[in-house]
Parts: sequence; structure tokens; C-alpha cells
Amino acid sequence: MKKFDKERVLLAVAGPVIALAVAFALSAIVLIASGKNPVEPFALMFEQAGFSDIQVLIINQASMYYIAALAVAIGFRMNLFNIGVDGQYQLAAMMAAIVGAHMNLPAALQIPLLLLTAVFTGAFWSGIAGVLKVTRGVSEVVATIMLNAIATSVIGYLWLPTVFGVKVGNNNTTGEMHSSGWVPGIDMGEAGEIYGLVILAVLLGIGYWVVLNRTRFGFDLRASGASESAAAASGVSPKRMVLTAMLLSGALAGLAGLPILMGDTHTYSLNFPTGIGFLGIGIALLGRNSPVGIAFAALLWAWLDKASPELDFHGYDKEIAVIMQGLIVLSVVVSYEAVREWGLRRQQRRVGAELAAGHVLGADNNTTKEVAGR
Amino acid sequence: MTAVELAGITKRFPGVVANHDIHLTVRKGTVHALVGENGAGKSTLMKILYGMQKPDEGTIAVHGEKVSFSSPADAIVRGIGMVHQHFMLADNLTVLENVVLGSEKLYGIGGRARRKIKELSDRYGLGVRPDVLVEELGVAARQRVEILKVLYRGATTLILDEPTAVLVPQEVDALFDNLRELKAEGLSVIFISHKLGEVLSVADEITVIRRGTTVGTAVPAETTSRQLAEMMVGSELPTPETAESTVTDRPVLTVDKLRLTTPGGKALLDDISFTIHAGEVLGIAGVEGNGQTELVDALIGLRHADSGVIRLADEEITAWPTRRRREEGIGYIPEDRHRHGLLLEAPLWENRILGHVTEKPNAKGVWLDPKAAQDDTRRIVQAYDVRTPGIDVTAASLSGGNQQKLIVGREMSHKPRFLIAAHPTRGVDVGAQAAIWDHIREARREGLAVLLISADLDELIGLSDTLRVIYDGKLVADADPAAITPEELGTAMTGAASGHLEHEETPADGGRGAEDEGR
Repeated sequence: MKKFDKERVLLAVAGPVIALAVAFALSAIVLIASGKNPVEPFALMFEQAGFSDIQVLIINQASMYYIAALAVAIGFRMNLFNIGVDGQYQLAAMMAAIVGAHMNLPAALQIPLLLLTAVFTGAFWSGIAGVLKVTRGVSEVVATIMLNAIATSVIGYLWLPTVFGVKVGNNNTTGEMHSSGWVPGIDMGEAGEIYGLVILAVLLGIGYWVVLNRTRFGFDLRASGASESAAAASGVSPKRMVLTAMLLSGALAGLAGLPILMGDTHTYSLNFPTGIGFLGIGIALLGRNSPVGIAFAALLWAWLDKASPELDFHGYDKEIAVIMQGLIVLSVVVSYEAVREWGLRRQQRRVGAELAAGHVLGADNNTTKEVAGR
Repeated sequence: MTAVELAGITKRFPGVVANHDIHLTVRKGTVHALVGENGAGKSTLMKILYGMQKPDEGTIAVHGEKVSFSSPADAIVRGIGMVHQHFMLADNLTVLENVVLGSEKLYGIGGRARRKIKELSDRYGLGVRPDVLVEELGVAARQRVEILKVLYRGATTLILDEPTAVLVPQEVDALFDNLRELKAEGLSVIFISHKLGEVLSVADEITVIRRGTTVGTAVPAETTSRQLAEMMVGSELPTPETAESTVTDRPVLTVDKLRLTTPGGKALLDDISFTIHAGEVLGIAGVEGNGQTELVDALIGLRHADSGVIRLADEEITAWPTRRRREEGIGYIPEDRHRHGLLLEAPLWENRILGHVTEKPNAKGVWLDPKAAQDDTRRIVQAYDVRTPGIDVTAASLSGGNQQKLIVGREMSHKPRFLIAAHPTRGVDVGAQAAIWDHIREARREGLAVLLISADLDELIGLSDTLRVIYDGKLVADADPAAITPEELGTAMTGAASGHLEHEETPADGGRGAEDEGR
């Protein structure tokens, strides 16, 4: 049995490694094509990863990527494509910021209140797409894309000074949150502060694994993703599962913006990071929807983000990092499918070979006779 | 004169059976049967001959000339055509349109094509009408359209993959008449089947394939079905007959006036009523597509009845969702195990959980219990003789028969009160077939009620205590399995007979005996 486990690890690692190698190679080709040194930018970026202040930035950024990618991944696990994580986390962060600016409870209540606000806002927003899919058959891809656009408009509306907005210079904000809703960071001295909610990201990753792999609900969800028809025949109600998964995905998405909101900015302004939901899609893909894989992928993405500005100081364009992210996503899609098929075939062949050799679990006389007869 | 010659064909292929050193010679103007158990490698071999797969070793010669196919188009150019088991016709087009589709260059799409179709149809006695919509045709007529499609493209060697699987006995005879016409005109036919009676009646020569390799050839005049069967399986053929009746008077499943309609209001099932008692196997005979799938769906809860009542013991379950039905003791061996019975890319032990995730040993409360599920999977693998190196391999890496044994083991492990067995031995080799029959019989003795749906009439007659015939969504006839022949059942399946079917002339046992001889 050990052999098959090793096999699984090999297969799990082969996909990302091939994808990354291909992406690095292609990026190097882009650099050569533009007449630049193909190696030095990478060397510079690797060097950046060694600095402790950059490391703190990477971890902080990765925590948000991680939560967003988990939200996408939970949809992927049952063949739902929640492309609306972007709208969900922005709206949720804004609602949390508004509640945080207008309510002032003791920290022990305020912080859970803000988390729940974000969770419910995100779930509400994705739930609209879920209800539409279940009742009217609207594709969740279309619905969530539309909801992203609507979320942007809703945010613009809430920013109006007559609603919840507070103008600070040219910037739209929601006003500063009461300090009871601030989550203290982990002080790293010179290097800066790691957001307190990085711990939340870790806990969410553990929870994601436990729910999916160790609960009945998780089994039903994975079964639905693997084969909708088999899941239905096994007793899963497909509609209820779609709705539940959509709500869970949105709930997770709602938390994605909170590490920076509650740990640093304390207000939802024009400077609030956007696009994390879309990056989360690529990260979830690269991480193969597994909590550990996504952690690595999120760190990689954050590293590309935070190490690339240095390139500008050395005559390179920092956009090389963005090109690289794009290439990674492309190669990931191709290499995973290839590795998956290869792995499946390889296993079928090995099972065939093992059976032919008589290695049957609980082999009895019957089996040996059959093999001898060939 | 040989039409096709395959020599030393070897195909290393994912799965348990690969082709190994296959030799097959088809003479011109003959029907050559290729027989073997399901999973012996017949379909793989034909895919190689039809250019869908490339052999790793060996040669193919057509009319004495060595060829190498890289696609079915190459094979068609060489005059090799294939009639697939599952028809590839567009329902909303006419026969003419279906035939010319993709070969518009041959005879155009108008009058010339129509004349050609007429000519072919007349010459080979196919009786194809070019301007009828395919959706209006029955299964047998569709099959003739498929044959004509192949002839239209200039095929001189036809491969027919299990052509009789979807036909009732009368239609089979008609098909065989068509095949005789074809060979009289000098065409060659490769006829794939695992039904020995048919093979003996239509073939000029027979090649037997077993575990991926050709084990011999035979001429029908000099061989018996028993000899063929022994070549095929290397052991005695099992029979599905059940010895003594175990039927009790305790109803387990009662269906009353069940009706199911399409959204458009067309009845898929109409006025279905029956009772299955503890220890009883109720067999449903019928040509596929007459409501069997819908009946199973309604019983397991994938579709809900528009009217009518379903009762399990004395509880009404009509409105219960699938999960509750399964928890309360309905076992389900689905017709299509890949779509409804397995997660192909999940390990065996997760497949053991599928369908019973809320039950012991798979779960404790809301938590899964992977350890217990794994242990129980090991038990099932041994008790049901699932051939696998371990329980962590994916379901996809097992052969069809072993997948089916796993499903049967899983369903039986939860001690069902009522078992839905839809084609329980379809695509399963003879050994596994016997084992599955044994398990069903065993459970029946202990009071299990079984609804058996099967296209294999011998299986139906052999296992069932009561037989009903389904036609166009209605139960039109019933029969005593001890007193009926497959032919008589086949007549009723076409809708030609109704009411209680009586066996004519010969007493019950004599009828069965004669039937066994003929097979």
C-alpha cells in the first residue's frame, strides 16, 4: 500500500513543479525577446525574499490571498466556479468597516461582530447567485460576474458622504473604525508587524481540510464535485448542495479582506486592495484546492507581488512578475490535466500488472489458479 | 481470399486486460464472429481495426495489403466500417440526412443520394425509408440505418459491435437475414458478441478471445455452445437458476398506480402497480427505453412520482428523498455504474462510503470514520472477491466486473430490505456474474425483496420468482418464469402480447430444457 501513497505524493507535486518550471522558462524567453538578461531579474527577486521586512509583507499579503483562494477552492471542489469572490470580499470588508466605525463594543464582542458581519455579507452576496442557480438555472459564473459589477456600484453608493462615506482629502473612506475592532499584530521589530488575522487564515485552512475530509457534509460535497449523478444517486440533494457550497464560498470570501482592514487600514477607502478575488482563482488552481498547496501558492504569489518592485531600480520592468503569474496559471491548467491523465493511466496499468502478478488483496486459491492458467 | 487479417496484435493499454498476440483472419464473403466474455478485449481489438487506436505490435492487412490506420477515416477509405453498439444518429434529422452527414461529397445531398440509399436498401433487403425522421424509428430500424450508413461510405467489411444487445429475439432473426444478404453479395461481416446461441446460428467462422488473446477458432457445424463456452471462460458456464422458492406473504415493497410524466405531460410510467414480498425476486422484462430507467429512478427517489403511492413495508415513502430511502433499507445496484454507482477517481474505500455516508461503519455522528470504512472495504474486497491490489487505488483502475462486485458488496453490507438490481451483471465476466447471482440468491433466502431489471432474458427467467413485462411505460403482461421461454417473453416485450403469458404445448420443464439445448 505504501507504494500507492508515494505515487500520490509524486503526482501531487509533479503538476505544480512542471507548471512552475515551464512558467519560469517562458518568462525567461519573454525577457530574452525584449533584449534583457533572462536570469538577473529572478536572482534579484530571490534576493528580496531574504529580507525580513519583505518577508513580513509577503506573509501579510499571502494571508488575504489564502482566504480568497480557499473560498474559490470550496466552489471548485464541487464544480462550482465562484468568480465573484472579488465582489464578495470587497463588499464584506466595506460592511465590516462601516459597522466598525458606527458600533463600539468591547473588543471581545466587537471583533467577532465584525467577522460575522463580513461572513454574512459575503454569504449573502454569493447566496444570490446560489438561489438564482437553484431556482432559475442561471449559471453561477454569469451571475457572480454580474454581482461583481453590482458590488462595485453598491460600494460607490455607500461611499457617498450622505450615506456612510467620509471624505479624507480626495479619498473616499468609511471613516476610521473604533479601535476596539482593531486586531493587534505580531510585532517583528524592525521588519514590521504581521497581521493578527494571519492566524485566522491558518485556522480557516485547517477547518477547510477537516470539513472536507472528515465530515459527512464534506464527503457529500466532494462526491457532488466528482460526479453529480453518482452523488444524487447516493442521496445528496444537488440543489441544496449547490446552495450550501455557494454560501460557504461567499462566507469565506467575506473574510478575505479583513486581515488588512482590521490589522492596518482600519477603514475601507479607495486604497483598499482590489482584485484579490481574481488572484484567488489562480492561486486555488495552482494549489490544487488543497489547503497546503494553496498556502504555498499564496506565498508564491505574494512573493512575486512584493519582490517585483525592486526590479524597477535595476532597469527591469516589474510587470515581469505579472506576466509570470499569468504564465503560471496557463501552465498549471495544462500540466495538471496532463499529469492527472497520466497518473490515472499509470495506476490502471500498475493495478493490471499487480493483478497479473498475483498480488491480490486477500488472494485465495481461485486467484492463483487463474494466474497460473494464463 | 482474405478480407482482413490481423497478426500478432498487441496493445498495452490501461486496465486489466490488454490485447496480446491476437490473430484473426476474416475471409471474404463470410460472417466471422468474435466471441469472448465482457472485458476480454473484443472492443479494443475492433477499435484497433477501425483505426481508433494504434496497436503497439502486430500488423493489419486488408485484402492482402499491409495497412496502418491512424484514424477511422483511414479505415473507411480501406472499406472497413463500424456499427457501434450505441447508435450515432441525430434524432431530429431524416434518415437521408443522417446517412449523408459527413459524406456529402460522395453522392451529394439530394436526389443522387436518395437513389443510392434506395439502391443499397433494396439490394441488401434493409427496408430503409430515406425521408422518415430518425426519432420515429424503432431500435431495429435505427440499426439498419447505421448499417446503411456504413455501406453508403463504401464499406466492404462491416464490424458490428454487440448488435443484438438492444434487440428482441424476433428482431435478431431479421438482423441475421440482413447479414446473410450482405455476405451473399460478397461483403464480409465481423460480428462481436458474447451470446453463443446467436453466434452459432449466424457465423461461418468463430474466433474466441479470452483475457486479451485469441485462444482458438471454430466452425459452427463442428462445435457446440458448451465447447465454445469452455473456450471462452476456461471453466463451466454458470446458470442463473434458483432452486426452491423463498417467497413469503409479507409485502416489502408495494407500488400502487404509479405515474410519472415528462414536463410536456407525456406519460413515462403509467398505472404501474406491483407488490414484492420478502424473499421474492420480481423480474421486469422489456426492451430498453420502455420505462425501466424511470421506474428505478422513481423507486430510489431520483424522480418523484406525479401520482401513485410507494410503500416500504407499511410506511409510505412516496415523498421521501433518496437519502432517507437508502438509510431505511433500499439497496441500489444502478444500471450505469460509472454514472450512478461510483466515483471513478476516488479510492475504493471512498466508494465504499458512497451512498451510505450517514450509516455505520462510515460515519459517527456528523464525522466520517475513515478507519472503519477502510477496514470494512477490506472485508468487502475479500468477501466479494474484488480483484485489487489494495483499497487505495481508484475505482477507475478496476475492471468492470470488479467494480460491480464492489458495488454489490457495498449494497449488501447494509442489509437492505429491498434491493433494486438494474442489469446487475451487465458488462461483467462470467465468474463475477455467477458470484453476483449467488449473493442475490443468498440475500433472497434471508428475506430480501428484489426488483430485477435485465436485458439478459436467461438471467431474468433464471433468477425471478415473478415476471412482469414493461412496454411503453406500462406493465402489460406477467408470466411464470418456470413456464416461459425467452422467445415468448420476447414477443411480449414488443407489445404484441398482454395479460398472463402461458407457455404453449410443452410442459414447463420441457420448455426450459429445450431452451438450454438451443443456447
